[in-house]
Amino acid sequence: MSTSTKPDASGSANQNTRRSTVNRLSAENVTLAYDQRVIAEQLSVEIPDNSFTVIVGPNACGKSTLLRALSRMLKPSQGRVLLDGQVIQSMPAKKVARTLGLLPQSSIAPDGITVADLVGRGRYPHQGILRQWSAEDERVVQESMAQTGVAELADRYVDELSGGQRQRVWIAMALAQQTPLLLLDEPTTYLDIQHQIDVLDLCAELHETQGRTLVAVLHDLNHAARYATHLVALRGGRVIAEGAPNDIVTAELVEEVFGLRCQIIDDPETGTPLVVPAARKARLTAAS
Amino acid sequence: MLVDSPPEQRAETAPAPPTRRAVRALGLLASVVILVLVALASIAIGAKALSLDQVWHGLFHGTGTYGDVVVDERLSRTVLGLLAGAALGLSGAVLQALTRNPLADPGLLGINAGASAAVVTAITYFGVTSLTGYVWFAFGGAAAVGALVWFLGGSRGATPVRLALAGTAISAALYGYLQAVMIMDDAALGKMRFWTVGSLASATNATIVQVLPFLAVGTVLALALARPLNAVAMGDDTARALGAHLGRTRALAMLAATVLCGAATAACGPIVFVGLMVPHVVRSFTGPDLRWILPYATVLSPVLLLGADVVGRVVARPSELQVGIVTAIIGGPVFIFLVRRRRTAQL
Amino acid sequence: MKTLSRSRAVRTPGGLSLRLDVRALIVVVLLLAAALAAGVALIGTGDAKIPASDVLETLAGNGTAYQDFIVNELRLPRVLVGLLVGASLGLGGALFQAVSRNPLGSPDVLGLSQGSTAGALVVIVLMSGSATQVTVGALIGGLVTGLAIYLLAWKQGVHGYRLVLVGIGVSAIVTAVNGYLLTKADLVDAARAVVWMTGSLNGRDWEQVWPLLWLCAVLVPLVLAGARGLRMMEMGDDVANALGVRVQRVRLVLMVCAVLLTATATAAAGPVSFVALTAPQLARRLTRSPGPNLVPSLCMGATLLVTADWASQRAFGADQLPVGVVTGVLGGGYLLWLLVTERRAGRI
Repeated sequence: MSTSTKPDASGSANQNTRRSTVNRLSAENVTLAYDQRVIAEQLSVEIPDNSFTVIVGPNACGKSTLLRALSRMLKPSQGRVLLDGQVIQSMPAKKVARTLGLLPQSSIAPDGITVADLVGRGRYPHQGILRQWSAEDERVVQESMAQTGVAELADRYVDELSGGQRQRVWIAMALAQQTPLLLLDEPTTYLDIQHQIDVLDLCAELHETQGRTLVAVLHDLNHAARYATHLVALRGGRVIAEGAPNDIVTAELVEEVFGLRCQIIDDPETGTPLVVPAARKARLTAAS
Repeated sequence: MLVDSPPEQRAETAPAPPTRRAVRALGLLASVVILVLVALASIAIGAKALSLDQVWHGLFHGTGTYGDVVVDERLSRTVLGLLAGAALGLSGAVLQALTRNPLADPGLLGINAGASAAVVTAITYFGVTSLTGYVWFAFGGAAAVGALVWFLGGSRGATPVRLALAGTAISAALYGYLQAVMIMDDAALGKMRFWTVGSLASATNATIVQVLPFLAVGTVLALALARPLNAVAMGDDTARALGAHLGRTRALAMLAATVLCGAATAACGPIVFVGLMVPHVVRSFTGPDLRWILPYATVLSPVLLLGADVVGRVVARPSELQVGIVTAIIGGPVFIFLVRRRRTAQL
Repeated sequence: MKTLSRSRAVRTPGGLSLRLDVRALIVVVLLLAAALAAGVALIGTGDAKIPASDVLETLAGNGTAYQDFIVNELRLPRVLVGLLVGASLGLGGALFQAVSRNPLGSPDVLGLSQGSTAGALVVIVLMSGSATQVTVGALIGGLVTGLAIYLLAWKQGVHGYRLVLVGIGVSAIVTAVNGYLLTKADLVDAARAVVWMTGSLNGRDWEQVWPLLWLCAVLVPLVLAGARGLRMMEMGDDVANALGVRVQRVRLVLMVCAVLLTATATAAAGPVSFVALTAPQLARRLTRSPGPNLVPSLCMGATLLVTADWASQRAFGADQLPVGVVTGVLGGGYLLWLLVTERRAGRI
């Protein structure tokens, strides 16, 4: 499961590209659009290897769209997304699925499926018609459930679980895919605060102990600043700032990205930046 | 646009309500004008070509000439088309709001099947052969099935899915019965194959008088429900929070839709698609407010129905194409176009 | 280590492994047994009744010449057509429901049956064609309609919900055309058309068996190979894509197979209603397993159709009431039962 060795086979093939790709996953000058509606133009983003990258931005800034492009759910109308130096769309689907996992927002738990069965479905890219359920599959599924703390729920039906448990099950499914890169689209939405922290702790642990590269879209800027090793701030389809939270999160940046006047103080627990919105009166006087 | 308008359009609707309202009111007025024109066309145009003079004569100085008889028939037919069209469109709009399903049409709730089964029963077992005789059976069948669907769907606790499922189930069983009867009884087949396509051609003043009271009551009831249905459209919990009486609104809406559609079906046979399509089209320019959708649907549905009827009289001269066939052939492609245009396809 | 609850894995030393759902396997075996039993009973039913033991003897080649003629020439083909049509409809229905992600996404709702009907009606009403010509017409009608629905629903991929909607639209148009053709027919043709439209197994012979058999032999393995991708698509297109399923390609291949299966089955027996709608639902309730349940649906379809035909023959006399009437009434009853039980379970 270790990913410490970076592939360099790709380097030579892409010498002539404008940006030489050193990282495994990157978007190069991509234009992203649904039908005719353009979300982002000429956007370039690098996902540093072994980072926990968090993409933040106001609603409709294109953060989920960017994640969809990075995970090949959305084909850029211009530019390209590179995985290990190859254009992601040109790679065999299962090969990508063994390298890059995605936890989308829109996932449906089939009726009457048990936790173990759902997690087991994450093994799909490692299976074939003649290799439907190996001992390895069995082991990885047990391991993924143990890591996410859902092992005791293995025989329960997914529809009976609470929101927090269900999200853990989906993460377990993505883990069972055993990909060095894992993308998560708003994994904490609809969870209460303790489960949000739970899920983020789990992500941090996956990142730290297993060296997986994580990319998440998060709503909460304070969560992002606390957990991310690399932050990408998006507004109107453009990258406003990227870097370590301690380096880039400033009151000016928050105002520029979110249009919110605030103070930045040190998080008393972790020392990461903590965004404290300005009092209502202060904001109103500033506005007038 | 239909259920879930995209954000930019929603933003567009929010500001400047007075002009918006004026535009909608003018639009409604224009629709009425179009309706009048289509109604006139329906009187003037037909399989038998008449000059405008003859039409004028027939309308105002009827003396019983052949031309006058034709005009008289067309007049009944036009009135029935107006009434039935309005009823179908209105009941479709109410049902779509009630089931929160843009695909709901009277067929879905088993009303057509109920009417058809009752008519085939009337022909086979009660020896009824006149169209005026069918009307009561068809209306009774539609009403009975409407009530049955309502109770099986959970009456006051009914949910959209349950209603749709109950309607489909009962339709299935009734169509099985219908086919069995038609296979075993050639006379029933002979009559039913004409009745089930839906036609205005058999309109008589007697039929109109039979169904008129029901249509009037249903129309008033449906129009009065616009406001409560608006609340119901936002979901059960929100509706309750807004103080709407869910159970009562549902019951009354179901009643209105059944009465309207049942009476229209009784008079002209099952005409599909008007009730499904017109509210769809209307919603694309009025937005989701039923206080506008319902009046627009009332005015524009007869435009479609009468327009289709006129087309049906002209294309197959000297015979005619039944209006039920023409509405589906015109309506089907429009419906598919609308489905394709939607950005996010969801219920 | 605890094995996963529902399935047993079978592994060989060479690294091959198969995953078997034990309950589904039992369901399949029982359904097949029921289908064969109903088949034997159906062969024995009719103007000349033959006891089941004699039927089996005759099938084994030890019957009298008279029995041999009745069983092997007259009634066996009918039963085989019933089994194959039921299996095709069950499998096709399961595919459509899985692809459209809608339990009502059956060929009846999507307009395929109506398309086949239009093809058949054109032959019956306008050309007064022979039975074989009707079959060909229905086949063409079904395939053309399937193609039209797919093309009309295509817009950067086919979305399940759009597919159902477009199907409903196409179905309404074609139904109107069918209604028109029926009004244009003389009464004899109309009666013939209504029998065809109900779906019937009367008078089916070996000529219908072979094409169905070949088609199933080709398509069923093809479908089952794509089934694993289909299971993943249950969790949404995004999840399936992330797991490395080529969603659009799998969907296209399976749709084509489903259209071929239902169009052929409909051409052979007419649009027997509700088998495609109910077989997958019933199968799923028996196996209690998620996933498209393709093989159980196939077996359920075969069992349903042959049993319904047998019931119709027993209750109303030989060749009196086409099997489609029985499946229609049963289907409606089943949906009502579903409604009551689901309501009790608080699921809808």
